[in-house]
Amino acid sequence: MSLKIVVLAKQVPDTRNVGKDAMTAEGTVNRAALPAIFNPEDLNALEQALRLKESHPGSTVTLLTMGPGRAAEIIREGLYRGADGGYLLTDRSFAGADTLATSYALATAIRKIGGYDLIIGGRQAIDGDTAQVGPQVAEKLGLSQVTYAEEILDVDEAGKKVTIKRHIDGGVETVTAPLPLVITVNGSAAPCRPRNARLVQKYKRAMGAQEKALIARNGAELPYAALYEERPYLNITEWSAADVDADLAQCGLNGSPTKVKAVQNISFQAKESKTMTGSDADVEGLIVELLANHTIG
Amino acid sequence: MNNVFVYLEIEGTTVADVSLELLTKGRKLANQLGCQLEAIAAGCGLAGIEKQVMPFGVDKLHIFDAEGLFPYTSQPHASILINLFKEEKPQICLMGATVIGRDLGPRVSSALTSGLTADCTALEIGDYEDKKAGKTYKDLLYQIRPAFGGNIVATIVNPEHRPQMATVREGVMKMEVLDENYKGKVIRHDVARYVPETEYVVKVIDRHVEKAKHNLKGASIVVAGGYGMGSREGFDMLFDLAKELHAEVGASRAAVDAGFADHDRQIGQTGVTVRPKLYIACGISGQIQHIAGMQESSIIISVNNDPNAPINTIAVYVINGTVEEVIPKMIKYYKSHSK
Repeated sequence: MSLKIVVLAKQVPDTRNVGKDAMTAEGTVNRAALPAIFNPEDLNALEQALRLKESHPGSTVTLLTMGPGRAAEIIREGLYRGADGGYLLTDRSFAGADTLATSYALATAIRKIGGYDLIIGGRQAIDGDTAQVGPQVAEKLGLSQVTYAEEILDVDEAGKKVTIKRHIDGGVETVTAPLPLVITVNGSAAPCRPRNARLVQKYKRAMGAQEKALIARNGAELPYAALYEERPYLNITEWSAADVDADLAQCGLNGSPTKVKAVQNISFQAKESKTMTGSDADVEGLIVELLANHTIG
Repeated sequence: MNNVFVYLEIEGTTVADVSLELLTKGRKLANQLGCQLEAIAAGCGLAGIEKQVMPFGVDKLHIFDAEGLFPYTSQPHASILINLFKEEKPQICLMGATVIGRDLGPRVSSALTSGLTADCTALEIGDYEDKKAGKTYKDLLYQIRPAFGGNIVATIVNPEHRPQMATVREGVMKMEVLDENYKGKVIRHDVARYVPETEYVVKVIDRHVEKAKHNLKGASIVVAGGYGMGSREGFDMLFDLAKELHAEVGASRAAVDAGFADHDRQIGQTGVTVRPKLYIACGISGQIQHIAGMQESSIIISVNNDPNAPINTIAVYVINGTVEEVIPKMIKYYKSHSK
C-alpha cells in the first residue's frame, strides 16, 4: 500500500524586500522585479509529504506549481529534497488570476495528475496572505479539507482515514478525515529538511522547456544537451491551459471575480509631531508631560 | 433578498467578539444600502442565542441547531452557507478572519464563484467604473486591505459576482450595541434540508482551547517592540516598562518571526488590532501591515535610532535614540515622577 501525494507549492516574491516597481499600473504584482523564493509554508507542506513517503514505502511525492518559466526552480528545489517529480503549470492565460481562478487552474491540473490520495499545500503564500487556495481547490475537487495542520499524525490506508493535529484560535485540535483529502500546513509545523547533496547532483541540470529556450534565445548552446534524452527525469514537464483542458473563461483575469479598483501608496501623517533625542533631559521632559496630561498614570 | 449577511462564529454557545464587531459594521453597511442585516448562527444547543445578537441591530437571525455543528468542521457549515445563499441571494457576506472564517470563506466562495477578500482593514460602499467594459457599478463593497509586504493598500471590488465576501480580523471594527430591545425575526431551519448526512465526514476527536494569556486588545497602554529590540532578552526591557505603566506588551511581525516575542502578541494586519490611548513603538520600523493594526492609537511614541523609520511619520513623539538607551530612562523617570 502506498500513497500518491501532490504538493502544491508557489514561487513567491520575497515580500521582505519589496521595491517601488513591485506593482504594475493595473495593481497586479510585477514579479519580474522581485527576488523569488519558495513560499515558506509550502516548504512545511513538502516536509509533511516527505515524511509520509518515508513511513509509507512506495509512496510518491509530486510537486505542482503555477507560474512563469522560472518557477521550474520550485520543482528543482523539491527534487533536491526528495520529491519524485513535478509539473509546472504555465500559460499566459493564467496571468492575473485571483485565488478563485488560481484554484480552478490547479484543480484541473490535479485531475490530470489523477489517482491522488493527499493534496498538501502551505496554509498561505506570503505575497497574498489569503489562505484561500487550499480550501478552494478542495471544494473544486469535491474533497474534504483540513487547514492549519501542524502534523499529520497517521494515515490509515486500509481505513482510508487520516489523523491530523491542527491549529485553532487559542488552541489545538485533533481531527480525523477521509482520503482523498486536501491539507494546508501551518508555519508552526516542522521545518523542511535541507537539500540532499546527492539529489542536488542528480537534479541540478533539471530544467523546464522555457528555461532551456531562454538559454537558446541568448545564442548559447544548451550545455549537456544530450543528457536530457538520456535522463528523462531532467526534463521538468510544463503544462499549458490546453494541456489540462482548462476553460479559458475561468482562468487568469477572466476567471477572477475580484478586481483591483485602486492601489494607493499611502503616507500617514501625525498632527503635530515632536522630535527629541534620547538624552536624559528629553526623556524626563516627555515623561513629565505624559504624566501631566494623564496619558500615563 | 440582497441583504447583508454576517456569519456568526460560536465557541460553545458564545458568539465571538469578531462576529459582534461585524454585526456593528454590517448594520452600518445595511443602513447605507437601504437593506436588512441578517445573521447566521450554526452550532449545537443554541437556545437563546438571539439575545446575544439582536441588540446589534439584526433584522433576521437564521439558526441552524444540530448535533455535529459544534465543534466546527468545514463541510457542514459550508453547506449551510452555500444552500442558504442560493435561496437568499445576499449582496454582502462578512465573516471573521479567524481560523474558522478563513477555512469556511474560501470554500463557500468557490462553490458560489463569488470573490472573497481576506483580512480587510476597512469596508466601504462606493461606485466602480470598469473602463475597459464601459460599465459603471453602483454601491459596491470596497474591500480595503494592505497588500504585498508594505507600502500599498489595495481596494478590491467584486463587480459581477454575489455575494461580495470579505473576512475581517478581530478588533478591526468597533463593537457597538445599537438597541438592547431591537426586535429581529428568528428563523429556525431544518438542518437536514441544508446539510446532507455525507458532509459530516471530518471528526474532531480532541480539542483544547485556552483562555488568552493577556489582554492586549483591551489595553489602554501598549508597549510594542520590533526587530530593533535585537533579542528575546531585549524584550524583557519592554516587559519591565509595561509593568510600571500597567501596559501590555505587543510585537511586530518581524519580532515574532525572529522569535523575540510570542505569536499571540503580534500587532498588525495578520495579528491583533489595538486602539490604546498610548502606543510606544520601540525599534519598530513601521511596515504598513503593522501600522494597520495600531494607527488608531490616540498617542504614538516612536523610539528608533533610524530618524527615517516610516513609523515616525505617524508618531506624535519621535525619540531619535537606541532602545537600550531610552527605555531604561523612561522607566527611571516614570518611577521618580509618578509617586
